[in-house]
Amino acid sequence: MKETILPKEERAVLAMRALYESFGYTKYKMSKFEDYDLYRDNKRFLPKGEIITFPNRDGKLMALKPDVTLSIVKNAREGEQIREYYNENVYRGMDGEHREIMQVGLECIGEIDLYSTCEVIRLAKKSLEIICEDSILDISHGAFVNGLLDAAGLPEDGSRGKFNTCIAGKNAHELSKLCREYGVDGAIEDKLCRMLTLYGPFPKIAEEARALVVSPDMQAAYEEIEAIDAYFRAIGEEKGLAVDLSLVNDMRYYTGVLFKGYVQGVPAGVLSGGRYDGLLHRMQKTGMGAVGFAVYMNLLDLFFDEGTAKEHDIDILITYDSGTDMAALSRTVDMLMGGGRSVRVQKDEDTKLRYKEKFHYGERGLEIRG
Amino acid sequence: MAEKLDKTISIALPKGRLGEKTYAMLEELGYGCPGVMDNSRKLIFEDEAATVRYFWVKPSDVAIYVEHGAADVGVVGRDILLEYQPDVYELTDLGFGKCRMCVAGPENVTPSADRALRIATKFVNIAKSYYHARSREIEIIKLNGSIELAPILGLSDVIVDIVETGTTLKENHLEVKEEIVPISARFIVNKAAYRFKNEEIAVMNEKIGKWLENKK
Repeated sequence: MKETILPKEERAVLAMRALYESFGYTKYKMSKFEDYDLYRDNKRFLPKGEIITFPNRDGKLMALKPDVTLSIVKNAREGEQIREYYNENVYRGMDGEHREIMQVGLECIGEIDLYSTCEVIRLAKKSLEIICEDSILDISHGAFVNGLLDAAGLPEDGSRGKFNTCIAGKNAHELSKLCREYGVDGAIEDKLCRMLTLYGPFPKIAEEARALVVSPDMQAAYEEIEAIDAYFRAIGEEKGLAVDLSLVNDMRYYTGVLFKGYVQGVPAGVLSGGRYDGLLHRMQKTGMGAVGFAVYMNLLDLFFDEGTAKEHDIDILITYDSGTDMAALSRTVDMLMGGGRSVRVQKDEDTKLRYKEKFHYGERGLEIRG
Repeated sequence: MAEKLDKTISIALPKGRLGEKTYAMLEELGYGCPGVMDNSRKLIFEDEAATVRYFWVKPSDVAIYVEHGAADVGVVGRDILLEYQPDVYELTDLGFGKCRMCVAGPENVTPSADRALRIATKFVNIAKSYYHARSREIEIIKLNGSIELAPILGLSDVIVDIVETGTTLKENHLEVKEEIVPISARFIVNKAAYRFKNEEIAVMNEKIGKWLENKK
């Protein structure tokens, strides 16, 4: 099959797979179903949407997989170094509809250091660039939001959810009100609100980001972002990399660097990832770390849509009479196809079909009809 | 969607008073555009320097246009944001378009606590989450307009709706029972536009901030 007739979306997926393989990642293939328990126990790790379930023959509740990462992590053994990518359909209930969503992603599990983190971020960035040259990858670190919420003296209960909603929405005015409602110290309130406005390349926001630091964890997070930025500058790939400290993800799972990718022309983030040691710890795999990302191909449908500008459905239409010499007709078809053209053969013309040329194959061979 | 390589900021304005106030503010800040306030059938307005592009939409649709990227920014009441929870940035409280989301019902009547409270409203999600937090059993009756009529005709015990001056309630012998949340207009931004047009949007938001300071 010629590559040019593949839809843009499939070409992008092929290019991503080739990219991951060139970095030594191997393909992970999973079945469509998993025990529902796996998802029930880790519901907060999954993106929004209902899980589609059904009982199997033994009455055990099964799920159509809503996610791939949980299965990769479940199968990871202590001491292993996993570098895997996947290209799978996942299933979710959204707005009352059951959806099949294509997801491409990559996981790096085992001993995670700065190099492996940078490599995964680099692959995330390159994945975005495969989709669109004009793309942006925002990085952050969970310790920023959490460090300030700790300093605000907030308990680990529902109240953090309210704060996180304001932070994720860059909603400083409501955040301010919440701070007053919960009696948060004025200096911490200022820092929280300030954090929402910081956005851009690391050097632009570095000084102000450093001023937000109130704990050793935040200091370490600041230094990690600084080191990641320095790495990308050293390899000359800093274009399209920005820092957005307001990225929020569930801290029970995401424990470190977070990132989110955007491409020009798509109104929402198309790539999401980060360091999720918390998930491994919840699965009693305490000696391991993990970092990975997923690209939500469903959000790219419109972006990849090549539109209705196509003038023709096919290149050539051939109609034929009853009793036509089938072998001779086939030879003619093969000859016409030789130039890379598409040739459809049917007895009569179809009024809806749009073609460039039409022939009729009769007793005297091929005749031009239009 | 076609790729938007330009740096023009698309602005969704809510039809009506709120939108007119918003445009007046933006015009004052140097984002004027001829024809926007004319009563014409034109749908989209762009200024000569192509810094801004305006279009008028139904107030409840502003957030949809912004979330889906058809508009980069917009101005919308907090009621709409609370009801539909769109995935957008809510950068600034504009302080105008002030009103309150309230529970209202017939004067001097306390609904029976023995059965589910019947609530007529346009704001189904706001009503649900308000009463859910109070563990009160409710029955929602979704209406699209003339909400005040519901308790008068016995269709519901109370209504959950926006109250501006309270005159309509008074004329119909209704009163505010509880205030759920104060409402005002908010400046919202699409999450991707915030990145790809960061400078332009940051400048606009900063100008709005200064304008608000001067109004104080």
